[in-house]
Amino acid sequence: MVLLEVKNLGISFGGLRAVDDFNLTIEQGELYGLIGPNGAGKTTIFNLLTGVYKPTDGYIMLDGENITGKKTIEINRHGIARTFQNIRLFSELSVLDNVKVGLHNHHPYSTLTGILRLPKYYKVEKEMNERAMELLKVFGLDQEADYKASNLPYGQQRKLEIARALATDPKLLLLDEPAAGMNPHETQELMKTIRFVRDEFHMTILLIEHDMKLVSGICERLTVLNFGQILAEGETAAVLNDPKVIAAYLGE
Amino acid sequence: MIGFISYLVNGISLGSVYAIIALGYTMVYGIAKMLNFAHGDVIMIGAFVVFSTVSGAGYPPVVGVLISVVACTLLGMAIERIAYKPLRKASKLAVLITAIGVSYFLQNVALLIYGANTKSFTSVVTIEPISLMDGSLVISGETIVTVIACIIIMIGLMTFMKYSKSGRAMLAVSEDSGAAQLMGVNVNFTIALTFAIGSALAAIAGVLLCSSYPSLTPYTGSMPGIKAFVAAVFGGIGSIPGAFIGGILLGVIEILGKAYISSQLADAIVFAVLIIVLLVKPTGLLGRQIQEKV
Repeated sequence: MVLLEVKNLGISFGGLRAVDDFNLTIEQGELYGLIGPNGAGKTTIFNLLTGVYKPTDGYIMLDGENITGKKTIEINRHGIARTFQNIRLFSELSVLDNVKVGLHNHHPYSTLTGILRLPKYYKVEKEMNERAMELLKVFGLDQEADYKASNLPYGQQRKLEIARALATDPKLLLLDEPAAGMNPHETQELMKTIRFVRDEFHMTILLIEHDMKLVSGICERLTVLNFGQILAEGETAAVLNDPKVIAAYLGE
Repeated sequence: MIGFISYLVNGISLGSVYAIIALGYTMVYGIAKMLNFAHGDVIMIGAFVVFSTVSGAGYPPVVGVLISVVACTLLGMAIERIAYKPLRKASKLAVLITAIGVSYFLQNVALLIYGANTKSFTSVVTIEPISLMDGSLVISGETIVTVIACIIIMIGLMTFMKYSKSGRAMLAVSEDSGAAQLMGVNVNFTIALTFAIGSALAAIAGVLLCSSYPSLTPYTGSMPGIKAFVAAVFGGIGSIPGAFIGGILLGVIEILGKAYISSQLADAIVFAVLIIVLLVKPTGLLGRQIQEKV
């Protein structure tokens, strides 16, 4: 079953064509990689998928629904969540509260209920705490639930970002350079985590990455982007051996 | 000695009013990243609503205060929706000038409705004053209510921010509204809520202020508004405990300055203290140094 279908997606910033004629089809449960040299437009595509930028051309279908041009918050409700290249946790909030912000929409109670502390407040907050702790446990962060997010070590902050994104209950998880700044050991562990998330949560994952070991290790299919256009796409091994791709990465 | 304690009590009372106003300033700054200079005038509107409903229409004070809180909450949300929301992506200067414009607008609306004459505000507090030390130290009912209200508001607000969903959303938006939005937090609603809470507090501050200092004109809100802004900066703008501490300290400094140095120079002393604090600690007493990403 196709989860994400992107057709002829394009965006211009003034005269600059940042992304042009971008097509992408991701199957439910797939681990898909988006790679390319710096400035190729990878993060721009994430921003288009999450509604931060509005595309000038093309459309985006998620699970059969057209989400093109919708607001960020609506797209999140439709089921796309993401992490960031430079970690953007709520660093002054506790680890637990970061996840609870992600749970926001799935455990509703009104502001007035919160102010007056009606019984529903206690019930819903308890559910949120339990759900958040479950998620933290999955990532081995339950012991650190009360830490300030900024006090976690780097690798754990990355994990917390994934946990926070999963808390919004997405259908598609976007990871923007999850291995950035990690040492080989941490990257190994991250690969395990990503696979685990896919299997445990039946998640579909699209990731941007520069670390070729990670990409070839876990991605089933790839799209290579260069100067805002698709250079190659297909099975990971085939794409990585494509002379055009090698040329783009190593120079001719 | 008794004189000093009595000045101190008055200072804490005035400071509590500043603190309640400063909470509104600091929350809006922390979450919407803007200085709402019309905040002081919402106080004045709040006081006028009580004046009209209690002294004018003869409602009981409690009802008058409730009407005032509701009216100011709606007013605050309306100001945000009409004047500030369209400028969400505009430069900070544009927003600041709009806020000053809203401030003059509110003053002139009040001027049109109520005229420039000073109205004498009847205190809504009916609690008897307490006499201590054989009657040499009298604490007025207004003082008691003001200080207690300030403490309750402060604790309530901190609890709300820390333990409720909307409070967490506010903290998340204040740190990174972009990321919050991507995690499904409704940023527009959160900002509107911040204005609603800040303006409700302004109504309470207006009533308490005019109960202690019972003269009301369309300009009543502007000076306390500016001083509360000073208090918020003093305590570290964006910080809720900072607004509380800044407000109390400012009230005490102002009253002690009036009593021991010069009543004419009291305001000058208040602003001089601000300048000194900012020179020594630019982020205010409880403010944090935030490294801006460039």
